[in-house]
Order: sequence, then structure tokens, then C-alpha cells
Amino acid sequence: MVSWKKHILAGTIIIFLVGLPIIIKRTDIINLLFLIFLFITLSQSWNLLAGFAGQVNLGHAGFFGLGALTMRYLWLSGLPFILAFLLSGMTSLIFALIIGFPAFRLRGAYFVIGMLAMAEIMRITVGNALPQISALPSEFIVRYSINQRYYMALMLATATMILAYTLSESKQGLAMLAIKQDQDTSEATGVNTFKFKLLALSLSALSAGLAGGVFAFFHVSYYPAHAFSSQWTFDSLFIAYIGGIGTVVGPVVGALFYIALRELFSLLLPLQVHTIVFGVLFILVIFFMPRGLIEIPQKIKIILSYLGLQKVLVKGPSAYPETLSKSNKISNGGKRE
Amino acid sequence: MLGGYAAFFLLSLYKIDPFLSLPIVAILLFFTGAIFYKVLFARIVKFSDELRIDTSLLISFGLILILSQMSVLSFTADEVSIPTPYSGKGIEIFGMQFPYIRILGFIVAMVTIFGLQIFLHKTYLGKSIRAAAENWESAILMGVNVNRVYLISFALACALAGIAGSIVVVSYSINPAIGMEWSLKAMIITILAGVGSIGGAFVAGVLLGIVESVSAIFLGPYMSVVGLVMFLLVLMLRPQGLFGR
Repeated sequence: MVSWKKHILAGTIIIFLVGLPIIIKRTDIINLLFLIFLFITLSQSWNLLAGFAGQVNLGHAGFFGLGALTMRYLWLSGLPFILAFLLSGMTSLIFALIIGFPAFRLRGAYFVIGMLAMAEIMRITVGNALPQISALPSEFIVRYSINQRYYMALMLATATMILAYTLSESKQGLAMLAIKQDQDTSEATGVNTFKFKLLALSLSALSAGLAGGVFAFFHVSYYPAHAFSSQWTFDSLFIAYIGGIGTVVGPVVGALFYIALRELFSLLLPLQVHTIVFGVLFILVIFFMPRGLIEIPQKIKIILSYLGLQKVLVKGPSAYPETLSKSNKISNGGKRE
Repeated sequence: MLGGYAAFFLLSLYKIDPFLSLPIVAILLFFTGAIFYKVLFARIVKFSDELRIDTSLLISFGLILILSQMSVLSFTADEVSIPTPYSGKGIEIFGMQFPYIRILGFIVAMVTIFGLQIFLHKTYLGKSIRAAAENWESAILMGVNVNRVYLISFALACALAGIAGSIVVVSYSINPAIGMEWSLKAMIITILAGVGSIGGAFVAGVLLGIVESVSAIFLGPYMSVVGLVMFLLVLMLRPQGLFGR
């Protein structure tokens, strides 16, 4: 039943969002929602690798930028945008497969630094090869419609969410969780760690590349190297951490929170201060809320139960919410309501 | 980066020569590092091994962003450098020009390297740092206060970075965004040398310098890519470093 309720809720939200541009004609709101979708996709794609398989990737911007670059180039050279869009994801995917083989020979800190170096290489190379700002030709601007971008981002965010949800419920997701918790033990118990890490990286790169495609489709003009900037990596990991790393809904909560806060800050605070606030917030979250905003309801429940205001509702090993969904199933035995 | 700005700050406030202000910068950064460690990184020690690495990297990544934005706010995003009265002057040895700044920088680097080498090999504290790096669990059993060792080595690393920053600010110009660039350079050299090898770091540093300068002739702006590619190759093919055991 619980699962059905979730599906119905998710379906209702999506139908509502699909209908929204018909009701609301204000492009600024549509624009804001577009950004939320973009960041949901981006941070979910980071979450697929880091949250599910435990491989922290500081080179995520590389995939995003590559997707953006491909989309921009192919689209402007006359390909139908939907084809260019799909190819932008494919390019990132292929690139991920190529670098996945050497990259996963590295472990721990070396993997993290190696990926960071890779993204930096790409950023510098692109910045040098394409120093010019990439602007849309006028005939593209004439046909520019924000709703088209909105639906594309909505579609992509939905697809990524479904992907993450399916993965979290699947055997592959379980294998990734095992790798995250203890790579050596999972390898010893017969999990092909390389295969699943590569799978996680490919899915992550695919959705990041597609997000890059949407970004390139959305922006009228931007520097090609900007899409490779480590700011994108930071944004996506910040959102994933704020929302709740390793959870399916975490990036949604995080993206809503992030965009809302960013818009608020840009009104209230001088330029640049918001990055500092986000950085501080990020570090605070890592220390004091390692499971993100998503654990707040649960914490409130626990506090309430301490105060005796509410009966203890938390079942199972609530101290480890990241394994909660799995362990709940196990502790319930077969009888899922 | 902070070191460079600290030097710049001291100079603009008190008109102290950057090479004379080196000890002040180092001490300042030593305590800044100690505070950062106490506030941020001391908590991580409690985490499990793999989580500890990831978390400390994430925090450093966040910290770079915070610090660079803070410097944008307090020092503006302009490039700054410190002109010294002897900037541009140099001596000629064997028909080649050697600017005084580079020579002084070289001397400072050499003194620091030898000082560090002696510190790590001859003093009790230095030995316990190496012991904790080798195997922290055994180090605890041998009666080393690992937490204090971590604190001191972190603060020391910051002080050394401060010294490096002061040299950078006189030889090159700095801006708030250089933090990442120079951190990557430091990582390239460390990996090339093999983690924990001071002599190797010296050779690798010279090697990186030569490779970058030579590739600047052939590849122009792509020169920083060359270092990174070199870094990735060493990481893949020889993770113990060029001079590691």
C-alpha cells in the first residue's frame, strides 16, 4: 500500500507539472521550475554514482560539459534537436565507458583526485580550443520557447527519478549498496564490483550528459568552458548532500531547497556571498546531518517519542536510514502491506 | 593561496618585504591551519577509513570554494602581485639571466625542504608523524598521540603552503581562483614523487617545472594539461610514484 501511495503521489505531481504551463503564463516561474528540474537531474546523476555505489566523483562537471558541448555543436550544425539531445547523452556515456576502465583501477582518494584532474583537463582544453562565447544564431532565438525547454527538463528529471527508483529497488542497486558499504567484502562474496561500478558510472554519465544537453538547449549564450567548471560538480554534490545522499527523493528535496535559497540570496545578499553560505552549509550538513534534510521528519519523530508526545513509530534499525528501505523489507518478512 | 594573500596583506599594511614576512606568514598560516583542523577535520578522525578520505576531500573541496569567494569579497577578483625593489633585476651566470626573486625563492625552497627532512627524520615529533602515516593503529599502540600528530602535520602543511604562496605572489601574480590550480599542481608533484617522499618531491617538482616550461613552447596554453595528463598516467601505471618503493 505504501508503495502505491508513493506512485500515485509521484504521478499526480508529474501530471500537475505537465499542466502547469497551461495555467501559469509567467515565464519567470517556468524558468525557475526549469532550473529545479535541471538540478534534480544533475544531482541525481551524481547521486547514482556517489550515493548508490559510494564512488565520490569530483569530475562530474566533465560529463555535464561534454553533453552540453555535443548538444550545442550538433544542434547548431543543423541536426534535429531531439537527435542532438540523445547524442549528447550518448557521448557522455561512451566517454564514461572509456575512462571507466582506467579510472576504476584507482580507489579511494586516488579515484576522487583522478576524476577531478580529468575534469580540469577537459575544462582547460575546451577553454583553450573554444575561447569564444557560444551564442545562438538569430533564427534559433526567434523560435525560442521556454515551454519546450520546460517539458524537456521535466521529462529528463522524471526519467532520471524513475531510473534512480528502479535502481534502488533492483538487484543491481543492492549490489551497488554492498560496494558502497564495503568493497572488499562485497567482492569476496561474489559481487563483480568493477561491473557494477562501471554500470553506475555509465548511468550517471548518461543522465549528466543529457542534463548538459538541456543546459545547452536552454542557454542563449554561454562560454563552452563554463559547463566544465567545477561549480557544477559542487552544485550537484551539495544538492545531493543537503537532500540526503543515497536516497531517491534526496536530490528533489535538495534541489528545491537549493534553488529557493539561491534565488532568495540573490535578492538579499551581495554577489558571491551565497557561495560562501552554501559552502558553510555544506560542511555543516556533512557534520551534523550526514543523511540530509530527508531525515528531519524521522528526527522529529524520535524527539517527539522521547518527549512522550507520540508513541515510538520508528521500527527497525532507525539509526541507519540508508539501509532502512532494505532492512524494513527484511524485518517485515514477506508480509508487505 | 591564503599564503599569497597573507603576504600581500602584510605588505600592503605594513610595507614588509615579502621575503622578510615569510616567517610571519608561516606562523599565521600554522595557527590558521590548526584552527581549521580543530574545527573541521578533527571530527573526521572518528569516521571509518574510506568515509574519512571521501569526507575530508569533500570538505577541502567546499573549503576551496568558500575561501576563494571570501578572497573575492575582501580582495576583489583582480590579479595582484607584489613588486619588490629588486623585481626585474638579476645576476648573470654563464651568460644566463637569473632574476633575484627566483634565486631567493629557490633558496627558501631548499631551506624548507632540508628543514622538513631534518624535522621528519631527526626529531621525535617528526618520527611520530611518519609513524602515524605508515600505520596509525600501530602508532597509537606505540604511545604516539595520533590526534596531536595529525593536528601538527596539518598545521605544518598549511604553514608550508603559506611559504609557497608568498613565493608565488612575488614571482607570479595571484587571484582568488588560483587555489585549485596550485592544489592540483601540488597533487601532481606528490603523486609523481610518490606519497611521503621529500627527495622525490624535489625531483618531481623540478621535473614538472621543466615539462611545463618546455611544453609551453610547443603547446602554448595547453601546458597545464600536460602536467595533469602526466599525473593521470603515473596514477594509472605507477601508483607508488616515480621514486616510490
